Amino acid sequence: MNKKSFGSRLVAAPYLVWAAIFIVVPLLIMAYFAFTDESGAFTLINLTEIGKYKKALLISICYAAAATVITLLISYPMAYFMTKMKISSQRMILVIVMLPMWMNFLIRTYSWITILANTGLINTFLNAIGLPKLQLINTPSAVILGMVYDFIPYMILPIYTVMSKIDNSLLNAASDLGSNGFSKLKRVILPLSLPGVISGITMVFVPSVSTFYISQKLGGNKTLLIGDAIEYLFNIGPDYYNVASALSLILMVMILICLAVMNKFSDGENGGVVI
Amino acid sequence: MKKALSRLYVGLILFFLYAPVAVMIFFSLNSGNSVWVFESFSLDWYAGLIFDDSLLTALEHTLIIALLSAVISTVLGTAAAVGILALKKKITKRIVTSVTNIPMMNADIVTGVSLMLLFVFVGKILGLDESLGFLTVLIAHITFNLPYVILSVMPRLTQTDSSLHEAALDLGCTPIKAFFKAILPAISTSIFTGFIMAFTLSLDDFVISYFTCGHYQTLPIVIYNMTKKTVTPDVYALSTIVFISVFVLLMLYNMLQNKNVKKRRHRDEY
Repeated sequence: MNKKSFGSRLVAAPYLVWAAIFIVVPLLIMAYFAFTDESGAFTLINLTEIGKYKKALLISICYAAAATVITLLISYPMAYFMTKMKISSQRMILVIVMLPMWMNFLIRTYSWITILANTGLINTFLNAIGLPKLQLINTPSAVILGMVYDFIPYMILPIYTVMSKIDNSLLNAASDLGSNGFSKLKRVILPLSLPGVISGITMVFVPSVSTFYISQKLGGNKTLLIGDAIEYLFNIGPDYYNVASALSLILMVMILICLAVMNKFSDGENGGVVI
Repeated sequence: MKKALSRLYVGLILFFLYAPVAVMIFFSLNSGNSVWVFESFSLDWYAGLIFDDSLLTALEHTLIIALLSAVISTVLGTAAAVGILALKKKITKRIVTSVTNIPMMNADIVTGVSLMLLFVFVGKILGLDESLGFLTVLIAHITFNLPYVILSVMPRLTQTDSSLHEAALDLGCTPIKAFFKAILPAISTSIFTGFIMAFTLSLDDFVISYFTCGHYQTLPIVIYNMTKKTVTPDVYALSTIVFISVFVLLMLYNMLQNKNVKKRRHRDEY
């Protein structure tokens, strides 16, 4: 028996070696670069250099937060209405919602250019009915729109999955006990769907806060996000690896803090529900 | 009334999701080279794609990487799931699962950048001129695929009755044979799910490939380079082909599933 479990543990060895070399070591190297200068001597200068990118960091967080909130507000009713449909229509709509996810996000972002550009579809339409032109592309709103559009399936799907598992008898019980539609939503559906909401929020926020393509294509050169800064610095060459590593490290720590907060939040709420 | 409103809402969201796709398909059929002014209907951009060698090479690269990385990560990941569950100390188990989650939780850009630093670092030590290429993209893809395979296999493995394995041992199987004969068939669906997930993630990846591929360009990288230049309908034509292939595959899959459900229902009636 002992021998067997030792054998089973041994099977994980190749993976453990892999994870050590390609997950842990790269992050350590990144940290090493972040805390050294070009000659390899210890320094904190890279971290102070980050002050230059404070604005990019702040804008990234604001845009990603805005995109996440908007996505949540749009997706929640969508997921709710989906669960109220016939099973066959539910499955059909699920496929339709998932389909864009299988297209590369580069393509999805890019197709908005045709719609938003100065000579694009919306402005052509406005022009035709005699209204003045609007500056749509190369604005913060366009970047946030791109984030919402690209990542909305990642919000709808987890919320829908959790909601569709809510036992109907719970809702009936709530009605029997005198709940109206709103209090049913507040007291039954909302708490039970919270895990889906939490995973949706992280799945939208993390790619939004670290994107560099959406801002380049829809924000023009005006909006520099933290992802843009990292990509730009790494592309200049090895001289900038140190600063770029420091920025990446900050981004990672930020994301880890967000995830930890989210986890705490959902644990706390779940505990509350149990009591 | 309520129902009509909810339908309208769902319809609006679907419109939002598909309006850009429709626009893209429409302008891919434009004979001119503008994505704003429609001149006349033509398939020229599609014809142009077929003769674009760099595109075909990129497609080949994408498929090779997706297939190889999916196969390797499925094998490694399944073995890892078995081994992680057999770990005795709770703390080691926790550390290993946390490390496994990192590539999934972390921003793609950080994963890509940190792997690139490792590859460049090793390349420098080995004195290579070009440290990035086929091998580094493959390693990167295997690395970000692994957690998805492990997370797909592990829950099913926990549910599988351990007496199954013990019974096989009692009947004279060696531990390895017992695994292949008793456990593997029980978890095969989740292994397959993990494989498909790994394959599609790899096909779709841009950010991590961008930092680790060097001159070994995959399709998303070529699309990225195309969109860097002035906007022409060729990107839309390429995207339309991708979209329609995925659409057909998903519809087929959905139809098959519906058929299975019906069959099962039919069987249950008796």
